[in-house]
Amino acid sequence: MKKNLHLLLLLCFSLVFVAVNAEEVTKEQIKGLDEQVQDIKKDVLGISAELNQLEETLLFPSNTQISFFVSLADKSGFEPDAIKLQLDNKDVAHHIYSFKEVEALQRGGLQRIFTGNVRSGEHSVSVSVIGKSGGSKQTETVTHKVTKGVGPQIVEIRLTSSGAEVRNW
Amino acid sequence: MLRLNVIPTAVFLLLCGTLPAAAANAAEGELKDLYFGEALYYAHQGEYFDAISRLDTELAQYYGLDEPNLNSLYHHIGSAEFSVGDFELYYRMHTRAGRAIKAVIEGNVEEAVRNEAIYRLAKIYYQKQQPLNALHTIERLQGKVPEKIRYEEPLLRAQIYMATGKFTDAINLLKDIEGADSLKGYTGYNLGVALFLSGNETGGIGQLDKVGQISASREQVQAMRDKANLVLGFRLLEAEQPALARQYLQRVRLQGPFSNKALLGAGWAAAANGEYDRALVPWTMLAERNITDRSVQEVMLGVPYAYGKLDIHGKAAILYGQALENYSREIERLDASITSIRQGNFLKAVIREELKKDKNWLVNLRELPDTPETYYLTQMMASHDFQESLKNYFDLSELEKRLQLWAGYLGAYEDIIRIRADYYEPLLPEVEAQFRALDSKMKLRIEQRDKLAKRLKKMLVSPRPDFLMTVDERLALQRIGLLETRLKQQGVNDDITRHRLARLKGVITWNISTEYHERFTEATEHLQELDEHIRKLNEIYQSFVRTRQAATQSYKGYDKPIQRLRIKIEQSLERIKVVMARQGHMIEVMAINELEQRRQRLEEYQVKARFAMAESYDRATKARQDQQKEIHTQ
Repeated sequence: MKKNLHLLLLLCFSLVFVAVNAEEVTKEQIKGLDEQVQDIKKDVLGISAELNQLEETLLFPSNTQISFFVSLADKSGFEPDAIKLQLDNKDVAHHIYSFKEVEALQRGGLQRIFTGNVRSGEHSVSVSVIGKSGGSKQTETVTHKVTKGVGPQIVEIRLTSSGAEVRNW
Repeated sequence: MLRLNVIPTAVFLLLCGTLPAAAANAAEGELKDLYFGEALYYAHQGEYFDAISRLDTELAQYYGLDEPNLNSLYHHIGSAEFSVGDFELYYRMHTRAGRAIKAVIEGNVEEAVRNEAIYRLAKIYYQKQQPLNALHTIERLQGKVPEKIRYEEPLLRAQIYMATGKFTDAINLLKDIEGADSLKGYTGYNLGVALFLSGNETGGIGQLDKVGQISASREQVQAMRDKANLVLGFRLLEAEQPALARQYLQRVRLQGPFSNKALLGAGWAAAANGEYDRALVPWTMLAERNITDRSVQEVMLGVPYAYGKLDIHGKAAILYGQALENYSREIERLDASITSIRQGNFLKAVIREELKKDKNWLVNLRELPDTPETYYLTQMMASHDFQESLKNYFDLSELEKRLQLWAGYLGAYEDIIRIRADYYEPLLPEVEAQFRALDSKMKLRIEQRDKLAKRLKKMLVSPRPDFLMTVDERLALQRIGLLETRLKQQGVNDDITRHRLARLKGVITWNISTEYHERFTEATEHLQELDEHIRKLNEIYQSFVRTRQAATQSYKGYDKPIQRLRIKIEQSLERIKVVMARQGHMIEVMAINELEQRRQRLEEYQVKARFAMAESYDRATKARQDQQKEIHTQ
């Protein structure tokens, strides 16, 4: 029986053999190429950072810059489906949320929904949110006043189970 | 045969969906920097490039400040530094991630942050197969371990000990954390491996047996249970204990990543015991599965082999014939795949746009349409090197798309700058001239205000009622003075007139002296009112200066940065093109090598099947002849 088993196992494990190929890929080649890819990533990230700074000074100078961030209140149980933002009675942003975006918000991430330019002084903001809370559909619109000062203005739109809270930073 | 290997931690964490660790941590407290929150938003979606880019920009701005402690990122700087390393790690920039995490370790951070950084660095070394570096790093860990890596840290330490041959230490650590629910099955499996590696065969078998009986509803734990049973089954099969081996192999679920191998092993275990009829049960089931799987290909020889052993040679011959047909078809498919890959279709398939919509794009690759270039993708993905190379290729392709997009942006920016220059340049000289005139007027008025303020301040110490005379009083005094002079010049010596003038003078002097305090208060109030006007004036002035500056800055000074960025983008695109071609070629070579190996193996099976089929036909014919002879004799 033992001889028989040896034969069977020989057949069974005959999978493990190395074929002779015309071209082989070595570990060193894989590692070398991986390092080159890492270098490229580093360079492109550098370009991205420079471009971010250029965009900020060119498109959104600090004296007129205004940014809106969306966050989700802790354990609110609210799941946003879509959001619409109006600034001075003009539609400036709207967004439909994917599952992974909702998940990212639930885990503490903040979505920058809009960055634009406004003059110093008071501006009206209106936020409309559609979402689900405790299984039922919810639609909410809130209005708010933002006073734009000299520096960049940041506004947080905090979504909760009872609607949306807008606060100036 | 299945290797008795330790599952890398990253793979396990990926299965458990606990990434990224530091990012999750950073979001625990109240967020004081919304831009940091934005980086987390990207990271939580697996978009690590955007997360790193956002955080890099924030950190650069933070370190460029004179007083960074006034910046909102100050409250999260430890987490931000840590997260950048964390994101780089998940973006597979191990070199930079290592450097960033080392900086956190060397920096002035809390014990918990430092310990977590040490853990992460040790993990990088372990994943890069540098166990000694990993060991030296993890041994630097001192004090309390953060709660969230309470079990992960000893698990990693145990894995490092195993990789450096310190099996006893590894066993002790794994025993301590065996009960941790988050690592259920996983720790027990590693403990079994550690026991085997330490030479404790009985202990290893006992441990894997224990893992093989865990009751669990989670898919990951069930997979670990299957793996433990499979490894144990094949080990016992190798140790010529087929009856015992079959017991373990039969525990493996019929659906799952290890089911094919388990069915194959269960059949061999029965066959080794001479129970070919029993071997046919799992093998027949396996033979109906997807032929691209190695176990299925092998069992196509196993089934007729068992029939042959049961003296059913006719059926065996037919099944060997079917196996030959299947192998031929499979070889044709392999040839088609190899040709398609050589034509570059495989690389085109893996960088399809729709794949990146999901962070699990590597898993989605398996659901690509069944085309020659993707028939064997699932099997090829089992190789870590292949997977990593594919990810690199995908990343390069994404970077290329970004750079091409940015190159387009630069053109748009130049248009904006040109339009702004055309608008502002004719306006600014006129505005500038008006501004200069207003500026000098303002300066004069402010000087006057300062003089008044200085005078009032002095009057607090040495009162000067004459300074607070009204215009009428001042004119009246001037007229009195004139009259007195005229009287003197004309030689008039009229006592009555002189007396009248002195009385008038006295009245004014009386008034300004007695009303001095009221007048002083009034003057101070007027100065305060003036200050308010000057404050408003200054605000308008500053606003104008800023607007004028913003107008100038909106189109001046961008030529060089844009030119520099354009050159960098072009250079990076060139570099990506070269590296992508190399990476792509490497992937194709790896894929073709794998397929060639499969082809070679199938050819070997074909040879075996042909011989076996001929032998079965001979035996079947001989059996029929013997039977006929027997009938004839009777």
